[in-house]
Amino acid sequence: MSTPNLVIPPPREITTKPRRSDQIFRGVVTVGGMASLVILGLIALFLSLKGIHILREEKFDFISGSKWEVITDDSGSIAESSFGIGAMLVGTLLCSIIAIAIGVPIAVLGALYLTFYAKGAVKNFLVSLVDLMAAFPSLLYGFWAFFIFMSSAEYWAKLLNKYFGFIPFFEVPAPIFERSPFIAGLVLAIMIIPIVTSISREIFDQTPLDRIQAAYALGASKLAMIRAVVIPFGRGGVIGGAMLGLGRAMGETVAVYTVLNVVYQINWQVLFGAGGNVASLILLKFGEAGPYEVDALMAAGLILFLLTLFVNAVADVLINRFGSKGR
Amino acid sequence: MNTTTVPTPQKPWETTNKQRLSTASIIFAAILISFIVIKLTGLDGKLGFLSTLFIVSTLLIFIQQWRLRDKAAAKDSLLSSFALLGMIMTVIPIVSIVYTVVIKGYKGIHFGMFINDMSLNSVNDPIKDGGLLHALVGTIIMVGGALVISFPIGVLTALYLTEIRGKLSRPIKFLVQAMSGVPSIVAGLFILSSLVYPVTKSLSGMMGSFALSILMIPTIARTSEEMLRLIPQELREAGVALGGTQWRTVAGVILPAARSGLVTAIILGMARIIGETAPLLLVSGGGDSLNFNPTSGAMGSLPYYIWKAFLTGGTDEAFARAWGGLLVLLAFIFILFGLARFISGRKGN
Repeated sequence: MSTPNLVIPPPREITTKPRRSDQIFRGVVTVGGMASLVILGLIALFLSLKGIHILREEKFDFISGSKWEVITDDSGSIAESSFGIGAMLVGTLLCSIIAIAIGVPIAVLGALYLTFYAKGAVKNFLVSLVDLMAAFPSLLYGFWAFFIFMSSAEYWAKLLNKYFGFIPFFEVPAPIFERSPFIAGLVLAIMIIPIVTSISREIFDQTPLDRIQAAYALGASKLAMIRAVVIPFGRGGVIGGAMLGLGRAMGETVAVYTVLNVVYQINWQVLFGAGGNVASLILLKFGEAGPYEVDALMAAGLILFLLTLFVNAVADVLINRFGSKGR
Repeated sequence: MNTTTVPTPQKPWETTNKQRLSTASIIFAAILISFIVIKLTGLDGKLGFLSTLFIVSTLLIFIQQWRLRDKAAAKDSLLSSFALLGMIMTVIPIVSIVYTVVIKGYKGIHFGMFINDMSLNSVNDPIKDGGLLHALVGTIIMVGGALVISFPIGVLTALYLTEIRGKLSRPIKFLVQAMSGVPSIVAGLFILSSLVYPVTKSLSGMMGSFALSILMIPTIARTSEEMLRLIPQELREAGVALGGTQWRTVAGVILPAARSGLVTAIILGMARIIGETAPLLLVSGGGDSLNFNPTSGAMGSLPYYIWKAFLTGGTDEAFARAWGGLLVLLAFIFILFGLARFISGRKGN
């Protein structure tokens, strides 16, 4: 009889180092995760590469100037050119400020309704309706506004002009109310309402239930509860949502192009039918632009990109500072 | 023997008939008063009536609450009136949009439009000629191409945020958010400056796909991140406890569990980009004839078809064509949205 050979296996090495497969996996996922960084960086890089010489030539005039002309001589080469997007920047700000001023109050009230008043099936239906509205393409808003909304909006503009015409803002040099920045701002307001509503609703939903119930237990009415609990809690998040809407409104192209009468001049009179924004300028000029002018459009795109990036950054900080943690 | 009398249960929170009656009478009075006001002051139009109705009914409710209860309740009623007003003003445009598109669009719909393209027709020809087959094919190819590019990148980003949770999670979350705010026209300009001018030197459907994927990636990344966060932590622990590596856990447990969520992410991403117009106007060339090859030649798309019919036409036929195209586009969005609701709702309930 032979004793069985006892084979004692060598102790396995204990390590926290991931296996080879995990290392590959983590590497691939990390690289994929960096995609947004890479893409945003590439956008800034390539737009700068194409547009930087225009910016260098025009210097600060590119932002403050309000001329956009290319003069070619007989042989077709460019004799003189000057590019400045000042007028369009003013238009962009004007339209988006109108959009924010009108859209945000409506959106916040709507979000309050959805969070604290609507119940059951009605609430579910309205929430999906608002989500659906956020997915509508701007083309749809643009043409609807041009054919259906324009006449009512024009009438409101006339009313405003009639009763508030003494304020310089609401003056018009000529009685042309169609296709004005005011109407474009209204359309943008309609477009950002669903975005702001859904963000505000999410923020309001996160209001701590114990604080709400504490307010009710102290005998607060709904208004008092919202003023004492919901508004202080959600203020920052709602402002962030409004900034997000502002970013969307500033970059909007097709709807503004359809509704607004794009005219290359600085126009502060919101009811007068002339204006523009940077994005619609790019679309308008792109069709007939030569290579040199395209570079200028790239520079305009770069400015627009940086502007929206900045607004989005502020929005993100506000939403995350106030939204997820509360006070 | 003692009998205990059980009090009949009271439900003081339920609306009594008296309250219902007073509400109904307030609504009736509000309508009546607004009619009188309009007749007296010469305000006209739907806007005049509706705003008068709102002001009058808000005031009546305010007074009633003050009389029945107190000042605080009256102020409270103001907020509920205004909240309802906000909701109504949000809903009016969407109802008007859908109504308009359906009413104006159905005239532009006919069977032939799904089997013909516009290569031999101009937008001003009678409706029965030509169609949007080329646009449908182009949109499907470009959206499909964008999906092929965006889905892996979006899901990898979501996995980084949920599974790896590296040091860069916070900045990447911000960058994804910032990317979703990139104006669509900038996406088009970017593809022009980075690919079209230096590399291909011609417009094609593939360039359209690239531009659309820039807009699609953030939607997919954010939706799939939300969906992956819904997967219970226990599943991850169970996968690792059974001896799986992280890779095996993700591939074998997490992703299959999140399958319906990922499909929802795809659908919402498609709904986001299917109507995008501005980048396609810049980079896809916008053809009028059927083109199955995304790498060369101009490629049509639904938004371009609508855009062209509206802007270059001017006749009733062109407008009918455009509204018909919008109806098809809207139908696509409704279908995609319904699918997303159906898929994400099926598991939850």
